[in-house]
Amino acid sequence: MRVHRWTSIQFKRTIMADLRVKIGAVEFKNPVTTASGTFGFGEEYVDFMDLGRIGGIFTKGTTILHREGNAYPRMAETPSGMLNAVGLQNKGIDYFVSSIYPQIKEYDTNIMVNVSGSTIEDYVATAEKINALDKIPAIELNISCPNVKQGGMTFGVSCAGAAEVVKAVRKAYSKTLIVKLSPNVTDIASIAKAVEDEGADSVSLINTLLGMAIDAETRKPLLSTVTGGLSGPCVKPVALRMVWQVAKAVKIPVIGLGGIMNATDAIEFFLAGATAIQIGTANFIDPAVSVKVVDGINEYLDRHGYSSIYDIIGALDM
Amino acid sequence: MKKCSLDMVVSANISLGDSHFLLKFTQEEPLPEMLPGQFVQVRIDNAPSVFLRRPISVNYVDRVNNELWLLVQKVGDGTRKMSEYKIGDTVNMLLPLGNSFTMPKESQSRLLLVGGGVGIAPLLFMGSTLKQEGFEPMFLLGARSEGGLMQLDEFKKLGKVYITTEDGSAGEKGFVTQHSILQEPIDMIYTCGPTPMMQAVARFAQYKSIDCEVSLENKMACGIGACLCCVTQTQTGHKCVCTDGPVFNSKELSWQI
Ligand SMILES: Cc1cc2nc3c(=O)[nH]c(=O)nc-3n(C[C@H](O)[C@H](O)[C@H](O)COP(=O)(O)OP(=O)(O)OC[C@H]3O[C@@H](n4cnc5c(N)ncnc54)[C@H](O)[C@@H]3O)c2cc1C
Ligand SMILES: Cc1cc2nc3c(=O)[nH]c(=O)nc-3n(C[C@H](O)[C@H](O)[C@H](O)COP(=O)(O)O)c2cc1C
Ligand code: FES
Repeated sequence: MRVHRWTSIQFKRTIMADLRVKIGAVEFKNPVTTASGTFGFGEEYVDFMDLGRIGGIFTKGTTILHREGNAYPRMAETPSGMLNAVGLQNKGIDYFVSSIYPQIKEYDTNIMVNVSGSTIEDYVATAEKINALDKIPAIELNISCPNVKQGGMTFGVSCAGAAEVVKAVRKAYSKTLIVKLSPNVTDIASIAKAVEDEGADSVSLINTLLGMAIDAETRKPLLSTVTGGLSGPCVKPVALRMVWQVAKAVKIPVIGLGGIMNATDAIEFFLAGATAIQIGTANFIDPAVSVKVVDGINEYLDRHGYSSIYDIIGALDM
Repeated sequence: MKKCSLDMVVSANISLGDSHFLLKFTQEEPLPEMLPGQFVQVRIDNAPSVFLRRPISVNYVDRVNNELWLLVQKVGDGTRKMSEYKIGDTVNMLLPLGNSFTMPKESQSRLLLVGGGVGIAPLLFMGSTLKQEGFEPMFLLGARSEGGLMQLDEFKKLGKVYITTEDGSAGEKGFVTQHSILQEPIDMIYTCGPTPMMQAVARFAQYKSIDCEVSLENKMACGIGACLCCVTQTQTGHKCVCTDGPVFNSKELSWQI
């Protein structure tokens, strides 16, 4: 037993594939990031993992003003996933700048602020304030939140709406602009093209799928808002299909997400054309999952003899 | 307090009537520090219909035998899976989570811990901690019927126990808020149980100007303050039950009482 262990250690390959990726002007040490709304601002996870091991963090959705979010209940478990209707509860951009940014700016990973709004002016004003922060290299424009009455998803479900908000923000924001797309559309590729044409540096997809849950016994909806956003492994096939369609349609890098629970799921997104991935709901089941996904991707590349993550991006064998 | 993810080994699974059971977990290293009122997030493996972790209160921490106790009621697939745990099974949990009950001031000597159903779970740990700190806790425990009363022997070791059952099969008949002990002077109330019960207790406490802490059981996804799913409405806006709670002073909550 001892000898066996010793030999396996001796022959273990020590080659490390190059996991670095570039999105817009931002370099990521590896393509694994955490999804907005599932990872707070990172500090909730420091007891469980080393934030410096992942490529980046997408923060909780931030709006120009403080938002209380929707009433409880805001969450319902569903087969292989969950519905949420948090409704962008956050303390507003000024609080972020004064109280959160100073605490997170020294993290050894990229921090991207997820920006939401009800009007184009809101999006622009929020983006302008973030433009002034040295240590925030990119924003993720959330034009796809299904949980707010005004704005949010309404911009993201038409080419004209998406183009209009991206055009306005592009003028006000000089760093890397990632636009998060809604899956609640018939042709996601055309929306991706529309935002690419307006100067987006990258698109991320998918946000949650609009869904609903009912308690048959009480005849009541399980969410205070009746409908909410579906996430988790149940959405993965839809997310993969959309990433594949969008990656074929645009030249800018695609960030893939939706139901990623482990490294194998992540690799499927790279093969479909994603340059980086985000992990969302899976953080709730294993708060250290993102680091395990980094290790698993490394192991996969090693096992298949690839030297770079770029070797598998869009490498679907058809 | 630093949180951690632990793989704990089941050392006992004791059935308490039809729908409740007591799980004991152990590990070789000493257990991390835990406070009364805190909870753990149990990962339920091999149950396809269960996706998220399940929050369960710390029922007791046995420092001598290095055991963590969880008192659980079977209500759905997750808790049913837990009821099937066998000695030697490994279960992953995140702990310790949430805030805790606050210790009384020295001037507060008449302490009443009011529990209903499986809501008695955190009160055993709170009672034992109070006793260790030199207080003499009293317990008022309610259930539908005698069969729903659990861990009475454990509670009796810690202080006086008063009982109500809705059908009168044990103790006084009725709800906890109708028990005659509430006519005695009380300095502080700690309560956990079904929401209508806690609201009735909070209403009573407010009427009598007694300090009252309640432990909420909102639905949770992450349990660590990241998803904002578990909020309750308070005087100062939405607060997370998993990090700002589960224990709140009843005056802080926006309950219509
Ligand atoms: C901080 C905290 C501490 C808790 N401590 C304990 C404990 O010590 N012992 C214990 O047995 N339980 C405790 N609970 C409740 C426990 O988490 C739930 O009963 C459990 O998650 C149900 O899982 P399930 O898969 O068995 O049932 P599910 O299939 O999830 O639900 C079955 C039924 O119960 C209802 N339900 C589930 N969870 C809740 C909830 N949180 N509030 C109201 N209704 C709910 C569902 O709507 C459904 O009707 C605690 C909850 C919280 C938040
Ligand atoms: C509780 C919760 C809150 C979320 N909040 C946001 C948000 O504020 N902004 C946003 O762009 N996406 C938000 N999302 C969507 C996720 O970032 C992600 O797009 C989606 O959950 C799909 O990925 P997953 O299946 O890996 O979770 C939220 C998701 C969940 C579950
Ligand atoms: S359960 Fe996620 S914030 Fe409380």
